[in-house]
Amino acid sequence: MSTFLQTLFVGLRLGSIYALVALGYTMVYGIIRLINFAHGDFIMVGGYTMIFTIPVMISLGLPGWVSVLLAILVCALVGMSTELIAYRPVRKKGTSMTALITAIAVSLLLENLAQAIPQIGPNPKVASKIFAAGGVRIADVTLDWTTMLTIFISIVVMVVLYQFTQKTKIGRAMRCVSEDKSASILMGINVNRTIVTTFAIGSGLAAIAALMYIAQYPKVYTTMGSMLGLKAFVAAVLGGIGIIPGAMLGGFVIGLVESFTTSYVSSSMADAFVFLILIIVLIIKPAGILGKNMGEKV
Amino acid sequence: MLEIKNIHVYYGAIHAIKGITITVNDGELVSLVGANGAGKTTILHTISGLLRATSGEILLDGKNLQNVPANTIINMGLAHVPEGRHIFSRMTVEENLRMGAYIISDVKRISDSMERVYHHFPRLKERARQLGGTLSGGEQQMLATGRALMTDPKILLMDEPSMGLSPILVNEIFTIIEQLHNSGITILLVEQNAKKALAVADRAYVLETGKISMQGSAKELAEDDRVRKAYLGA
Ligand SMILES: Nc1ncnc2c1ncn2[C@@H]1O[C@H](COP(=O)(O)OP(=O)(O)OP(=O)(O)O)[C@@H](O)[C@H]1O
Ligand SMILES: [Mg+2]
Repeated sequence: MSTFLQTLFVGLRLGSIYALVALGYTMVYGIIRLINFAHGDFIMVGGYTMIFTIPVMISLGLPGWVSVLLAILVCALVGMSTELIAYRPVRKKGTSMTALITAIAVSLLLENLAQAIPQIGPNPKVASKIFAAGGVRIADVTLDWTTMLTIFISIVVMVVLYQFTQKTKIGRAMRCVSEDKSASILMGINVNRTIVTTFAIGSGLAAIAALMYIAQYPKVYTTMGSMLGLKAFVAAVLGGIGIIPGAMLGGFVIGLVESFTTSYVSSSMADAFVFLILIIVLIIKPAGILGKNMGEKV
Repeated sequence: MLEIKNIHVYYGAIHAIKGITITVNDGELVSLVGANGAGKTTILHTISGLLRATSGEILLDGKNLQNVPANTIINMGLAHVPEGRHIFSRMTVEENLRMGAYIISDVKRISDSMERVYHHFPRLKERARQLGGTLSGGEQQMLATGRALMTDPKILLMDEPSMGLSPILVNEIFTIIEQLHNSGITILLVEQNAKKALAVADRAYVLETGKISMQGSAKELAEDDRVRKAYLGA
């Protein structure tokens, strides 16, 4: 029983991180139908921003996690610049294949650019403790603060994001642009600005995911976003790419599959199981768990 | 109100609109009829800024639209009901109407407009919470029209509102178009149903492969032998 509970919480914690990253993939895919391969690298950008600013925060007498605010800002700026400098010009001229290749190029560029910065270099950097140690004992399992905060924060972020897309003007504009660009223009929506906003939000979420990730695995390196990004992308596809609740669900499913496989089967099988689940779901439901093909009537 | 002066529009190498001049005066209902592929939708898209003319001018109340960003043209009092409705299928009827009023921030004005639209289309009110994509074709057309009315436009572009509708619904839609016209809205109506389009219009233009082949009062055109043969099935 205690193993089960422990595994469940580990899965939810992992799932929270996957879900936040998956949201970035899904929001960008939803609005411009592009798999933003550079999204995983935004996690790395957020990670390094925190590595360099946590000591500053602490020296100012602030808690280390405050640097996540800076990381959100930096990631949002990097995301917006990627759209403005790389994706938008290519979208105007090229095909979806050129856009995809551009995304891969941006990803490699970010990783190599980071390595080229002397303060970063090729070796991993160790982050200081982010959340307080310790936790609470429930039954016979100890729930540490990091796990609880990770799950709690990600759920809050998801609820806020969902309400944002449903209830605010910008959020509604994002949904409209995702569905129909020319109709959005006719409504008076500035499509380009809405796309940039989507990049800012999606990339900001990657910074929050980075905080949670390094709170758990306090190591930052230039390719830290690749595997994490890949699994989050799988989560987004699993839930139904382009669908916000789908990314959340997919993230938790992947996190739980991974932690239960690790506990009850073998840790070396965890990744294999993740991809196996993906393949099975896609065979049964190609559009993902929450994906549906709603026919438009003529 | 709307003056289109000798515009040319290309899709890559395809010369779709070959020098067209159309005028729509204040309060008029002008119909633009023509066969499939004649270029009707292209003209409306060019007016709304979704496409750009390579030469010629489009003036709305004397102001040149050529350099106005497409998404701000609605601020000038022009609304467009696109061909194929283009409602937001994953949004509710009410959200769709709210999107029609995207440029308006006055909450009171939005709710007044919504009431006005519900008054025109009681069926939309009954379905306010239903997703747009689950509406019938006729209801979707009402929604697309209602959405365009949310800003209280001076001029309305309508692209084939009767497409794919049953004869009863076609009549219903044309009744609504007449009501809108009578309420003082200027309308440029694109239709393949030339008979109906000529019956409600003040004036009309006949478009053939990118060029205007005939124009005049709707009554005259409806009686013209060539029009009757080609478009009215007589
Ligand atoms: N995106 C496009 N790319 C290339 N050619 C196009 C495009 N859209 C339209 N055309 C061509 O331009 C011409 C005019 O098309 P348009 O859609 O304006 O016709 P229409 O009069 O609205 O026809 P319908 O009654 O079928 O709606 C057609 O020959 C069409 O094939
Ligand atoms: Mg057309």
